[in-house]
Amino acid sequence: MNLHAINAIYRFEMARARRTLTQSIISPVISTSLYFVVFGAAIGSRIPHVDGVSYGSFIVPGLIMLALLTQSIANASFGIYFPRFTGTIYEVLSAPVSYLEIVIAYVGAAATKSIILGLIILATAALFVPLTIQHPLWMLMFLVLTAVTFSLLGFIIGIWADGFEKLQLVPMLIVTPLTFLGGSFYSISMLPPFWQTVTLFNPVVYLVSGFRWSFYGIADVSPALSLGMTFFFLVACIVIVGWIFRTGYRLKP
Amino acid sequence: MTTMISISNLSKTYDSGFQALKTVNLDIRRGEIFALLGPNGAGKTTLISIVCGLVNASTGTVTVGGHDIVTDYRAARELIGLVPQELTTEAFETVFSAVSFSRGLFGKPANPAHIEKVLRSLSLWDKRNSRIMTLSGGMKRRLLIAKALSHEPGILFLDEPTAGVDVELRRDMWALVSELRRQGVTVILTTHYIEEAEEMADRIGVITRGEIILVEDKATLMHKLGRKQLTVQLQEAIGAIPETLSGYGLERTEDGHALVFTYDAERAQHGVAELLRDLATAGIAFKDVNTTQSSLEDIFVDLVKEER
Ligand SMILES: Nc1ncnc2c1ncn2[C@@H]1O[C@H](COP(=O)(O)OP(=O)(O)O)[C@@H](O)[C@H]1O
Ligand SMILES: [Mg+2]
Repeated sequence: MNLHAINAIYRFEMARARRTLTQSIISPVISTSLYFVVFGAAIGSRIPHVDGVSYGSFIVPGLIMLALLTQSIANASFGIYFPRFTGTIYEVLSAPVSYLEIVIAYVGAAATKSIILGLIILATAALFVPLTIQHPLWMLMFLVLTAVTFSLLGFIIGIWADGFEKLQLVPMLIVTPLTFLGGSFYSISMLPPFWQTVTLFNPVVYLVSGFRWSFYGIADVSPALSLGMTFFFLVACIVIVGWIFRTGYRLKP
Repeated sequence: MTTMISISNLSKTYDSGFQALKTVNLDIRRGEIFALLGPNGAGKTTLISIVCGLVNASTGTVTVGGHDIVTDYRAARELIGLVPQELTTEAFETVFSAVSFSRGLFGKPANPAHIEKVLRSLSLWDKRNSRIMTLSGGMKRRLLIAKALSHEPGILFLDEPTAGVDVELRRDMWALVSELRRQGVTVILTTHYIEEAEEMADRIGVITRGEIILVEDKATLMHKLGRKQLTVQLQEAIGAIPETLSGYGLERTEDGHALVFTYDAERAQHGVAELLRDLATAGIAFKDVNTTQSSLEDIFVDLVKEER
């Protein structure tokens, strides 16, 4: 293992996050706070409890997931796309670094950033609404697994993209809608039966449900299924990343 | 003399179907300065990129320090520092952190003293805390060299190191290459400037359209292919070359005031003495003679022309 290289890339990426603190931490925190004000306080006061939890508290896990998903993808995709775009990737590709090490460093840094962000949002939420975390270890487990999985997805997008538009495309057209429709702001049981079935094809449902279960012990689908699905996405992303590196897809002519 | 890099039967066809390298065989010796000379599009960057792991070869093998670049890429790449042709640098990092980053990437523990030495040798020490985007083009080129030297490589690739750089940097670059040679570093540089190859290299390989058409010690190359020309300045202009001198293939300058004799200096009987004798016999008086030797540039132009 070239630990010096992993360390160098990881620290390089973390330094980039510190430089762009506004973008990487402050703006997600502000936008999440706005959700609390609008959904939690303004609308939520007119919505009765969901499954025995106040609406404001109910949406916290979903909001953290929303931030976690979008920021993991944004961090990781930008982290690998930018050096490809400027050409500085030549240095990483010519270094005595294995692909595994490259992924550990870039994805590790992106996941670290979004986990920190998730915890900051959790702390922010605690200022607005009462929170309980029934299964803290499972909560951390879901947090880390989701951050890693979606950082891998971001990494894949960053390698696939050949322009800044494409970098935005997947998060905007796929991930954000899936998150909004994935039970972040409501319980699936509130939907008519037909839409409940449709929703079960949305992968984000499993992430949000499992994560919310770790907070309040309430879930749309069983926690075991949530965990299983999360692992399934993780493995799917690992397989794709493995293929990318085996073939040199968009990295080496 | 040991071989540092061994390239055998290397070819590259890009996805576009374009064949950038036809079967290339080349050995680079340890500690030498090797210039890869060729016009734009000849395949120089492609060749370097394959050795450095940036481009996948279509066929053939490369070993660096005895290590295969595919199966034993770590050991191979640890030996190599690459200064790319394009000015590709980060923007927001400082000079010092960028060079330290490179060193870590190549698996070496941090060593601020070495980084300082490299930065000083490239006149970058004063800029160590500057953000890269504030540097001039020449400074960025120096930075790329510093990054390539950060991990103390045994081999340095310089891809068109002096393309578009100012005189001062060019001079510094030549000094740097001499210093590296003294330290025993193997240097491979590509260029399409003949004078650069002539100035810096021990050996020269000429590449055109994906083929290495010649590899030769610089001195031998200049010697072997170097034709000499003898110019005879005449006292009086002549209208035509006399019959008795027709065997020499002389050329008359336009004003008729000089005759030019091209000969091969390597041959024992090159004919200079005979020519001068026959001139006297023919009654042609001359006031001066001088000889010129063709430069690498002429040789190169000849070679590439022959290929066409
Ligand atoms: N990624 C690529 N895809 C297709 N053709 C390429 C690619 N890179 C280089 N080429 C072509 O290969 C040839 C050799 O390029 P290059 O190695 O950069 O030459 P040089 O460095 O000698 O100028 C050129 O004709 C160039 O257009
Ligand atoms: Mg080139």
